[in-house]
Parts: sequence; structure tokens; C-alpha cells
Amino acid sequence: MKAKTADKIATGFIYAISGIVALILFAMLSFILVRGVPHLSWHFLTSPARAFEAGGGVGVQLFNSFYLLILAMVISFPIALGAAIYLNEYAKKNYFTAIVRTAIEILSSLPSVVVGLFGFLLFVVQFKLGFSILSGAIALTLFNLPLLTRSIETSLAQIPDLQREAGSALGLSRWETVLHVILPAAVPSIVTGVVLSAGRVFGEAAALIYTAGQSAPALNFGDWNPFNISSPLNPMRPAETLAVHIWKINSEGIMPDVNAVSAGASAVLIIVVLLFNFSARKLGMKLYKKLTSS
Amino acid sequence: MDNITKKLMQRSESTRKDTIGRAISMTALILIAIVVVSIFVFVLSRGLSTFYKDGVNVKYFLFGTTWNPSVTDPATKKPYIGALPMILGSFLVTFLSAIVATPFAIGTALFMTEIAQKRGAKIMQPIVELLVGIPSVVYGFIGLTVVVPVIRTIAGGSGFGILSGTIVLFVMILPTITSMTVDTLKSVPRHYRESALAIGATRWQMIYKVVLRAATPGILTAIVFGMARAFGEALAVQMVIGNAALMPHSLTTPASTLTSVLTMGIGNTVMGSLQNDVLWTLAMILLIMSLVFNLIVRAIGRRGAMK
Repeated sequence: MKAKTADKIATGFIYAISGIVALILFAMLSFILVRGVPHLSWHFLTSPARAFEAGGGVGVQLFNSFYLLILAMVISFPIALGAAIYLNEYAKKNYFTAIVRTAIEILSSLPSVVVGLFGFLLFVVQFKLGFSILSGAIALTLFNLPLLTRSIETSLAQIPDLQREAGSALGLSRWETVLHVILPAAVPSIVTGVVLSAGRVFGEAAALIYTAGQSAPALNFGDWNPFNISSPLNPMRPAETLAVHIWKINSEGIMPDVNAVSAGASAVLIIVVLLFNFSARKLGMKLYKKLTSS
Repeated sequence: MDNITKKLMQRSESTRKDTIGRAISMTALILIAIVVVSIFVFVLSRGLSTFYKDGVNVKYFLFGTTWNPSVTDPATKKPYIGALPMILGSFLVTFLSAIVATPFAIGTALFMTEIAQKRGAKIMQPIVELLVGIPSVVYGFIGLTVVVPVIRTIAGGSGFGILSGTIVLFVMILPTITSMTVDTLKSVPRHYRESALAIGATRWQMIYKVVLRAATPGILTAIVFGMARAFGEALAVQMVIGNAALMPHSLTTPASTLTSVLTMGIGNTVMGSLQNDVLWTLAMILLIMSLVFNLIVRAIGRRGAMK
């Protein structure tokens, strides 16, 4: 039976290919964790980086990453939410909608380095914001907007039309239905989408090297006045993030322990991104259980 | 009576809120559209100034083979700004990584949808999602510490080059192609499979002769998306490709891509100088290529929908 042999061979092949893919992931994860985790310590996570000598940490970079992430999320979430609500609830099938949808699609497929360069051109140079957290946060927003909009729109679209009809039947306007019926029902999957996109934003570097800059000035963690230059909260200071730091020291780092630092930093980055990925689903499910009667 | 008429004629509170809400959400949408337009306007205006302001010949720029913008060619009195090495480098890593990744992606997707629906999806789904989630600098770091030394020992030379870039990009675009292929395979109607099996086809015959044929437009779309990602990927490639703006003669000698030259160069040149303008022109090429990939996806979608 020739066909049966071919079937067996093909099945074996497909099994082998899937096995290889799984192996690649496990090899990469274990490589990063085995190489990086031994370097992790409280000192490594909290002390500032050193340019010329061993023993530096990634404290400032880690803080910058989270600060930029929060700022970028604060800016991009309302815009994405509004756009998604319009696209899913109001938009008619017309020329305008088609163009805007195309625009969002194009934005989502733009290379992040181009988004970063645009941020550099407009915010860093034109608006004279300089290499700053603010420029970086806006660049990350541009990078994040199309994906977040699409994920929120999908969440809204999953709510059955029955809910909208029920809202209308109660005499609610469309906006009130969205606000009081659709959004609460969509919260779990919106949260999942937001946390997943946070993981992506956290690891992004190409959009940041020319917007948030590649230097991390020392911070005074006792000073929380956002207008002071050494305050961690100052949005106008340059801020190298963890991902940018990994890139930077691998391209031109000259400290003697560059391998150890980048292995440790990669491990931190991976662990945070994995945490985001795992918690996204957990959080969504938990919220779903809490918010619905099921 | 008058009061009721007034109430009926007036716009209700709900309607007013609805108008406001609609306006707010529309503003957000228009904001995104404005961003997209301004990205194009800004990058195109800077990128085209190489040709308008500095009077560079388009053909000379696209097909010149020497890249060294800060040095002037004594023969022609023009700087060396042939971008072909980078353009070629970008296309080479893109096509090679897509060629390597496609069989793996299709195999994994078939495993998840046709061979082991329950178990396969349970094991491979998280793996694909984790691969998507790994940041590109981490891919670059692994490439630098694993792939480059391995290639150095096998092929000699420095280990940096197109081959290293291809391997790193292969792993990066694999999950993109896989997850989109899974979606298309899932959308192939169940009765296609049942009909094939009912007339005595083996599972592989069913997959090869029916499912894959029906899913071809979708799989092509997935591959083009993967290629778009590979073409635009900057840092991971920049870390392993060697960053030598030379015509790629072999897969294992240092080369460069559009993105790698951009990330290295923009910070070291003065705004408005020729050296800076030509970099913006490279960014413009990236932008146009990402548009072209979009158009290809659309064309495939239209062709696939027509049958």
C-alpha cells in the first residue's frame, strides 16, 4: 500500500517538525534562564549600571522600563478604547471606515524602527522634547495603538448582539449601552489584551533607541518630585530601558562582565514577559468569574 | 401640554450623551488615522530630500554598490551612496528566513489542526505564543552568543553574516506564520475533510490534496506577513549580521540590512546633511516595502475570495 506508507512518512515528518519547534523554544528558554538566573541578585536588580567596571546592575533600566510601560499604556489605552468602540459599535460600512481600517492595518505592520524614527523626527527634534521618557512613551504608544485597538475591538465584537438589543429595548442610547452593558461584559477579555500588549511593549527596543535615548543618568530614588532632573518620575530625562540596555551593551559594551550582565538582563526581561503572558489569561479568567454569575 | 411638546421636540439627555460619546470615540479613531498619515508625510519628505535637495540620481542610489556616504568618489565628485548592498541584504535575509520557516510553520500548524487536534493544540499553542512574546533583543542576544559562534566554528570567518541573520529571523517569524496558518487551516470547512476521507483518501492525501489546496491563499498571506516582519526587524538582525555595508558575496561574510544601517547610523549623523538624508531614504524604502507587503496580502485575499 503506497498511499498508506506515504501517510505514515508524512505523519512522522509532521511530528518531527513540531518536536523541533518545541525543542527550539525549550532550548532558548533554558539557555537564557540557565545563563542568566545565577547572575540575578537583589544587588543586580537595584544597583545602577557601570560602564567600565564589573559589578554593575540594571536597577535604573528596570525602573525606566516599567515607568515607560505605564506611561505608554496610560496614553494608548483611552485612544485605543475609543477607536475600538467607534469601529465596533458606530462605524457603518462605508468609505471612511474602510480607509481608517486600512490605516490601522498599515500602522500595525510598520517596522518598529520606522515608528521610532518618526518619533525621533517629530518629538525629539521638531517638538524639542529631546531624548526623553515622554518621547519614548509616545513612540511606544504609536507602536502599541493598532494592536491594542484590534484586540479591544475583538473583545467588543465577542459580546452577542442580544446584549445590545436588550439595551435598546430598555430605552438606552447606543453610548449608554456601550458604557453600562457592553464594556462591563467585555472587561475580562479587554484586560487580557491589555496585559498581553504590555508584555510586547516591555520588550520593545527598536522604537526606543532614538526616542527615549540610550543613556540612563543616575537617579535619586529619594526624590519623587517630577520636576527635579534627578527624580525618577521626571518625564523629560533620557531613559534607557532594559531591552535597549541589552542591545547597547552587546553592540558596544566595554565592561568586563558584559556577558554576565546581558545574560542576567535577558533573563529578567524574559521572566517579566512570561509573567505578563501567564497572568494575562489568569487575570482574564478570574475577572470573568467575578463579574459574571457563571 | 406645552411642557410635553417641549419635551418631545427636545433632544433627550440620552441622545446628547450618545452624540458626545460618538464624537469622543470618533476623535480617537481619527487621531490614529492622522498618525499614520503624518508618519508617511514626514518620512517621505525627509527621504525624498536626498533626490530633490541633494540632487542624487535615483538609479545611482538604488543600484550603486558602494556605501560610504562620508567619503567622496574622486572620479565623479559624488559621495559613495549606493544602497544596493543593504537592499540586497534585507531581501536575502527576508526570503531565506521565509523559505526556512515555511515548512516548519506549516508542519506545526498541521500538527495542531489535523494530526493531534487536542493534544497538539494544548502543547503547541503555548509554545507558539511564548515564541511570539520573546523580545527581539533576546533573540539577538541568543544569536550573538549561540548562533554566531557555532557558524564561526563550522564555516570559519567571523560567524557574522546573512546566515546568522537568517537563522535568528527564522525563529522570530516562525510563530507569526504558524499561528496565521493555524487560523486558515481551521477555517477550511469540516465537510471537505470528511468528503476526502469518505472516498478513501488517507489522512495525508486528505491534507495534501484537499486541506492545503483550500488553504493556499491563507497560507500565502501568513508567509507574506512573516516576510514583512523579517524585513522590518531591526535590532536582532543588526546584532548578528556584522554590519559591513558590502555586497553580500557569501552567506557567512559580514553584510548589512536597511534596518541595521539605520539603527547604527541615525545617531551619528547631523540632521539635514547628505549623510543623514540618505539614511532617511533607507527608512523610506522600509516604509514603502511594508506598504508593498500590505498590498500583496490584499491582492492574495481578493484572489482567494473570488474562487
